[in-house]
Amino acid sequence: MINIWEVNETNKMIEQENLDVRTITLGISLLDCIDSDLQKLNENIFQKITKTAANLVKTGEEIERNYCIPIVNKRISVTPIALVGQSACRTPEDFVTIAKTLDRAAKTVGVNFIGGYSALVSKGMTEGDRSLICSIPQALAQTERVCSSVNVGSTKTGIDMDAVKLMGEIVHQTAELTKENDSLGCAKLVIFCNAPDDNPFMAGAFHGVTEEDAIINVGVSGPGVVKKALESVRGGNFELLCETIKKTAFKITRVGQLVAQEASKRMGIPFGIIDLSLAPTPAVGDSVAEILEEIGLEYAGAPGTTAALALLNDQVKKGGIMASSYVGGLSGAFIPVSEDQGMINAVEAGALTLEKLEAMTCVCSVGLDMIAIPGDVSPSSISGIIADEMAIGMVNQKTTAVRLVPVIGKGVGETAEFGGLLGHAPIMPVNPYKCGRFINRGGRIPAPVHSFKN
Amino acid sequence: MDKTIITVVGKDTVGIIAKVCTYLANNQINVLDISQTIVQDYFNMMMIADLEGASCPFAQCAKELEQLGEEIGVSIKCQREEIFKKMHRI
Repeated sequence: MINIWEVNETNKMIEQENLDVRTITLGISLLDCIDSDLQKLNENIFQKITKTAANLVKTGEEIERNYCIPIVNKRISVTPIALVGQSACRTPEDFVTIAKTLDRAAKTVGVNFIGGYSALVSKGMTEGDRSLICSIPQALAQTERVCSSVNVGSTKTGIDMDAVKLMGEIVHQTAELTKENDSLGCAKLVIFCNAPDDNPFMAGAFHGVTEEDAIINVGVSGPGVVKKALESVRGGNFELLCETIKKTAFKITRVGQLVAQEASKRMGIPFGIIDLSLAPTPAVGDSVAEILEEIGLEYAGAPGTTAALALLNDQVKKGGIMASSYVGGLSGAFIPVSEDQGMINAVEAGALTLEKLEAMTCVCSVGLDMIAIPGDVSPSSISGIIADEMAIGMVNQKTTAVRLVPVIGKGVGETAEFGGLLGHAPIMPVNPYKCGRFINRGGRIPAPVHSFKN
Repeated sequence: MDKTIITVVGKDTVGIIAKVCTYLANNQINVLDISQTIVQDYFNMMMIADLEGASCPFAQCAKELEQLGEEIGVSIKCQREEIFKKMHRI
């Protein structure tokens, strides 16, 4: 039988160490909504989403009450809209109508984000894909809750450099159109290599075509719990350190598994995966950077950071995998700068640079995430940064992503304010040397060789 | 069996157990186990209860117990047992 110490341990994690379930994300296929008539397509999409997700928020709240565990976000991901909209949309403006429909559906069912305004162009773009991509700046400026992502490369196909070039321009345009809010639109746009089909985390969530009609994916969190656990083994060797992270990750993930199964049962929708992630928030004590500090670094970014992060990421997976029957999504430690107070402190102290962050993305999930850069960085330099990050994903057979915010009208030394879970970010310098001739070549980078690993 | 964990935490005072148990008895809630301890002057109690035959649904019990806690000056929480079993048992 459960004893009082176990009960207290769990409740302390929830009440004092920010243990929560970060998101229940309902993936919905929109393939059966496809119609060549744009108005009909929009109607179909609205009906499908509002019908399937009618009880999502209510179910989430019931589970919260039953277990006293906060479920911070209830969200929706849909089939990449480039696939759904191609037969009906002739222009980028046509695609924007779908973005508005998604926004309206999200507001109707009460979710705070809906992901899937996406295109998968790892090898090349159709006219429809290009049209959707060109509509992204308008779509993100004219909607509130829609999130967009574009997959521009994979280990199997290489990198579509035409798409990389275009995305540099799109990120810049999105920043321009939302400059009144410190270019907030860019916080809702992710560029991927090896994008997973079942990611529950925004802004990169979409419902892949390999998935069922509807599915429940859950993202767990809990950097604060890991940090607290590590405080109790301060000075211990690596074996003790790793064991502690693993055991803590197991406990955190079990809660996610319970919530996922419960949500699945109550909504009658199959359980997909648990995303084993340490997802920070700007709240004090909910930071991945603070874990790195607890491991023994003065700041995230100090020598040893990449090794510490590699260790953390691996132990989180090892502990989490046993705790859940299905694991997927991005699974690992997230290192978004603006959403993590410890990362912000590290940047402000001069300990953490864009180049070090790039090195860190080689050993953890996601990539260059929520990084504010000066608004005058050229689109081709943004494309260059994207290309570098995509190459890391392609060669290392892992997901990598870029979510950069060029803050129009601001420069290094200033701060971008996004508010809420998106936090604030000190603007980081970008290498000033040009890469335009590289980006303008056109075509694609071939897939890498899968042998001779060095 | 649909087991529920009720935790009561707060400054120690006369009659906490009595008031909680009276509420449970009035609502046909059977108590299966009680552990209680005082940590640094703080009263800390855990009850394992069976809500199957309860006269009110879980959400209502949880809310009313929370209100009762506010009256006594302690925090009372109702949680389904699974969250603890999942976390602490393989």
